[in-house]
Amino acid sequence: MAVGWQLRPWRRWLTRAPDPMLREALTFGLGYNATLVTLGATALGMAAGGAGTYLFLRKRALVSDAVSHATLPGICLAFMLMVALGGDGRFLPGLLLGSAVTAGLGLLCVAALVRRTRLTEDAAIGAVLSVFFGFGVVLLTIIQTLPAGRQAGLEGFLLGSTAGMLLPDAVLIAVGGALTLALVAVLHRPFTLVAFDPGYAEATGWRTGGIDLVLMALVMAVTVVGLKVVGLIMVVALLIIPPVAARFWTDRAAHLALIAGAIGGVSGYVGAAVSATAPGLPTGPIIVLVAFGMFALSFLAAPGRGVVAVALRHRRLQGAIHMRQGLLALATGQPIYEALTLRLLTRAGLARADGVATDAGRARAAKALRDERRWDVARSSPSLAGIAATHDGLSEIETVLTPDQIAEIDARIDAPREVT
Amino acid sequence: MSADFVALSLPPLVIGVLAAIACALPGNFLVLRRQALIGDAISHVVLPGIVVGFLLAGTVSTWPMLLGAAAASLVAVAMIEGIRRLGKVEPGAAMGVTFTTLFAAGVLLLEQSDTSSVHLDVEHALYGNLESLIWIDAVGWQSLVDPVALAGLPPELGRIAMATLGIVIFMAVLWRPLAVSTFDEGFARSVGLPTGVIGVALVVVSALAAVAAFDAVGSIIVIAMFICPPAAARLVTHRLGAQVGWSLVFAVIAAVAGYVLAGHGPLWLGFANSVSAAGMIATVSGVILALAAVFGPARHRAGQAT
Repeated sequence: MAVGWQLRPWRRWLTRAPDPMLREALTFGLGYNATLVTLGATALGMAAGGAGTYLFLRKRALVSDAVSHATLPGICLAFMLMVALGGDGRFLPGLLLGSAVTAGLGLLCVAALVRRTRLTEDAAIGAVLSVFFGFGVVLLTIIQTLPAGRQAGLEGFLLGSTAGMLLPDAVLIAVGGALTLALVAVLHRPFTLVAFDPGYAEATGWRTGGIDLVLMALVMAVTVVGLKVVGLIMVVALLIIPPVAARFWTDRAAHLALIAGAIGGVSGYVGAAVSATAPGLPTGPIIVLVAFGMFALSFLAAPGRGVVAVALRHRRLQGAIHMRQGLLALATGQPIYEALTLRLLTRAGLARADGVATDAGRARAAKALRDERRWDVARSSPSLAGIAATHDGLSEIETVLTPDQIAEIDARIDAPREVT
Repeated sequence: MSADFVALSLPPLVIGVLAAIACALPGNFLVLRRQALIGDAISHVVLPGIVVGFLLAGTVSTWPMLLGAAAASLVAVAMIEGIRRLGKVEPGAAMGVTFTTLFAAGVLLLEQSDTSSVHLDVEHALYGNLESLIWIDAVGWQSLVDPVALAGLPPELGRIAMATLGIVIFMAVLWRPLAVSTFDEGFARSVGLPTGVIGVALVVVSALAAVAAFDAVGSIIVIAMFICPPAAARLVTHRLGAQVGWSLVFAVIAAVAGYVLAGHGPLWLGFANSVSAAGMIATVSGVILALAAVFGPARHRAGQAT
């Protein structure tokens, strides 16, 4: 295990003053390279969010993990090949090309294991990612013994490193991210179709196998472009977190891709800018953590699907059900034992603490009972049964039926008569 | 020669084999329950765990880091379940969100430390340092009965041995409930088995295996051994008992062959240096899986054309 860690006091990091450089970084004021890296990370994040959306919708998010780990042997082999041919092993396009080759190979292995054997996809993914990565580690140790391997810096691809990035590399990443983004935008329709209804897609003339292949190629492209920035272990975060976060905000696939792209883009932009402000703030982890921050926000606060909204809705529903049952109990003179019901009734001024109805309570209870009866009649009436069947039992009858319909129902209920 | 073997090769070999067994055993059930990637997620979050363990303890010692790793894997499992249930997110995506985030946090914490030996440590967490677990005090086979020399065994050996023993006992005791709840959860519940508790226990044991094995051999082996030997065994037999047996055989073969190939293979090919044993063990386990996928007698899905 590791020996000799010297950590800066943890407190100093927490209490550090806000960095004046941050504004500079966010407004592209930190020089040409930092600006390019930031732009590249933004494009990468948007492309990853977009491509990841369709992976997420197909419930295959973790396939990207196999892809990203399978890039390592390719990077190493490309390096060794380029050195053997007498070139500079660190030539980024060459390394990325090599990584794409083994990533593709890894994908084929996953597909073959799932199709040809009875292993499930998760086992296939795990097997491919660990074996390819393990083989990559073997190659890494070989490279370290090569004369040219000492300063290879291939470890930078594990966790990403933008520190020593050269201008052509930054341009490559920016252009790659932009191209992938454009492809996602163009291919939105077939991707959605295949994700939701492969059978229909097939019937209308799309080749689902081919579209899946293109999607995987895009995922591979994002992974490969992202290697240098976020590193191969964390690049899957860019493909997974934005769509998962976006899903909390919308139920529409088109919006999902847009929101995921935006979340990915903001993560890349803010993450790269923040990491440019100080040493010791590596780009990859910061981007991932910014993305997670947005996920956490969506998870908690999104209207509709967010945890808080769901909890509030649950409470409201619970309250409405207790109220209705309580009022019916008051109307029929049954005692109320449920503590929550009683509390809700007393708080609304409809009952006293001992469960006896107040005047207002008796009035509301009588109305609740009458409305119950009205629903009964509605259910047995041929013209209203359709509406009554969709009734949730809680909304007020006046909000569902028109006054005319209610009058029609009331005509069938025996009217109160004078006591004789 | 024998003195060299006992001192240099025997401890890593034994540790590698024990780690492989510790991971392959629970791995069988993870693969059958389609939770194979839990092992992947756990082994990623070990990194933040050891960093936090170190920050809290303030000293470089093994136990706080191991406790931190164990705690982190439990936090990860809780986070995955929380995101999955509360957010209604599919399990794969919930895992992806969780382990990348925790891993990123771990890397950031590490980078906030003085940078001299930091990168090396991330790599250690990934590849382990199996080759360096040597037994300096050994002078030959007779050292195995010499209490003084035995006291100088690498401490990792004792820890992984204890963890492996614990896992074997767990599997032996809970074999039937595990098997029943894995294959037919509805039936298991109807005969009164607490399936939820069993599921959690399996994940906790997997986390224990991952942390103990990580201590000795790094994360790569952990993921490979969780998945490859059980997956290969599943393609060889239809019976659960036989599957577990085969998975152990495959795990041991991978560990031994991987270690030997890493240490001596390059020398046979004329290279001067050995390569990463952890990486080679993972590679060999992959080769075994590939062979099983092509030749395994039980490789086809029920009803699939041969």
